Amino acid sequence: MSKTQKTNLMRLLGLGVVVLLALVPVIGTRAAVQDLFMVMTMLVLALNWNMLAGFAGLVSVGQQAFVGVGAYAMFAAVILWGMDPLMGILIGGLAAFALSIPMAFFTFRLNGAYFAIGTWVVSEIVRLSLAQWKALGGGTGTSLPKGTTKTMFGVPQIKDMLDVSSAAAADALTYWLALVLVLATLGISYAFLRSRMGLGLQAIRDNTEAAKSVGVDPTRLKALVFLLTAFGTGLCGALLFIQITRVTPEAAFSVVDWTAFVIFITVIGGIGTLPGPIVGVIVFYALQRLLADYGTSYLVVLGLIGIAIMLFARRGLWGLFSDRTGFELLPLRKMPPARAQ
Amino acid sequence: MSDVLLSTRDLTAHYGDFQALFGVDIELRRGETVAIIGANGAGKTTLMRAITGLLPHAPDAIRFNGENIGALSAPEVLERGISMVPEGRRLFPSLSVEENLMIGAHKRKGNGYWTLETVYDIVPILRERRHHPGTALSGGQQQMVAIGRALMSNPEMLLCDEISLGLAPVVIKEIYASFPKIKESGASIIVVEQDIGQALKVADRVYCMMEGRVTLQGTPAELSRDDIHNAYFGVSA
Repeated sequence: MSKTQKTNLMRLLGLGVVVLLALVPVIGTRAAVQDLFMVMTMLVLALNWNMLAGFAGLVSVGQQAFVGVGAYAMFAAVILWGMDPLMGILIGGLAAFALSIPMAFFTFRLNGAYFAIGTWVVSEIVRLSLAQWKALGGGTGTSLPKGTTKTMFGVPQIKDMLDVSSAAAADALTYWLALVLVLATLGISYAFLRSRMGLGLQAIRDNTEAAKSVGVDPTRLKALVFLLTAFGTGLCGALLFIQITRVTPEAAFSVVDWTAFVIFITVIGGIGTLPGPIVGVIVFYALQRLLADYGTSYLVVLGLIGIAIMLFARRGLWGLFSDRTGFELLPLRKMPPARAQ
Repeated sequence: MSDVLLSTRDLTAHYGDFQALFGVDIELRRGETVAIIGANGAGKTTLMRAITGLLPHAPDAIRFNGENIGALSAPEVLERGISMVPEGRRLFPSLSVEENLMIGAHKRKGNGYWTLETVYDIVPILRERRHHPGTALSGGQQQMVAIGRALMSNPEMLLCDEISLGLAPVVIKEIYASFPKIKESGASIIVVEQDIGQALKVADRVYCMMEGRVTLQGTPAELSRDDIHNAYFGVSA
């Protein structure tokens, strides 16, 4: 099979999976919808983190700041300002975006490990500040008013269309939104990386000084990625907590849930490759199901697998697969034609 | 406007505590090709890095087109019309030949002579290999990609740092054969060379550097072999 044929086959396969995923709320069980919702939202977080760490070299450990702020902004929009939760998602994204500007201002003075710690510190500060917000329950958090999700924009129509309960229709709606978010994040990442700015990012990764001397401004490009991924992460955070319907500072700003797992997913799948997080999230979900009965010891297993991959397959499982078989999905590198001359 | 394009006055530069340039004065006139020669460690590359804003230095020591550019960052210097072919080519391995060229146009302003097509016209082989990774080419071809990449921003001044290093004489000749076309496009050129013969052949004027200072300058016709030898090695022949 030639390289182009392989790429086309992968594309066809990808399209099939997307169609199948879109049909899950129609043909699948509600449990499947809820499980896949979590998988897809984790994937969105991982895709964003991969852009940051894998392509822009910004290893942030403070992404939970954007999840948390997105979630809290959505709750504020619904509870305090009486908006539709869907509007709240957009507000969540914008709030995270707004937070990312001062956050970049402070953390971009730091490099490497110091940047990582800096982002974490900022995230903790935001968590502690929001825990003071009495109108949203302070330290103990708050819930969405009863029935909010059942009357969300679009839910009654889905209820009639699929002939299910309001709660199931709300699940279907958030599920489809998550799917749209996955596709949009993938599409935008791909377009961005193939653009002139993406070339700039890859050039910075190859050789920062040479990139500067051809006019690429590393700080500006990295800041742009930081701001855009904050927006995507905030949207995802708001969407996540519509499903969860209850928010507390601990849950919304959980470094384990929204950053550590996300790093694990990206690293085992293949950091710096676009399909990497997709593979990673599948493995992560499978492990979680497989080891569900063993309590927290599954975290130990996740950690060991993560370390093994970092040591022996630096481009992750996707990199391993792609190198061995020549299959590519969303290829970024222009390879020479299979048979040159 | 005077016909001086670039001038440095009493330029000093440091790597930490180590002083690499001690009051360097050079000048490039519009349309001119100037060669800077000198042994390893003479400060030639440091001078290039200082001019292009990659190395911090005394802020008011460099004037380009009548403007003080000493305090500008590398991307800002490029925007003013100074482009460099860095020592060792420094192609981006993740990018194809064409993408390497494209990234040179990152800061390009308006329309100039150099486009992908005009670069491919002077080096047709690159057109054939446009989708290959830049680093899969031969050394000479890689050097032409590096020069093309620098030209894509349509510079007023092109700095070439050791472009003949490690290449066969016949390849070096091919590379320098593109210079008339580059001058025709309106760019003035500074070449940094260890190969004195090559430098004297292409340059209108020559500066010789030793230990961070300019020790000799003049036109190739004015300079005798002994002068150059003295300036180059610091001892009489």
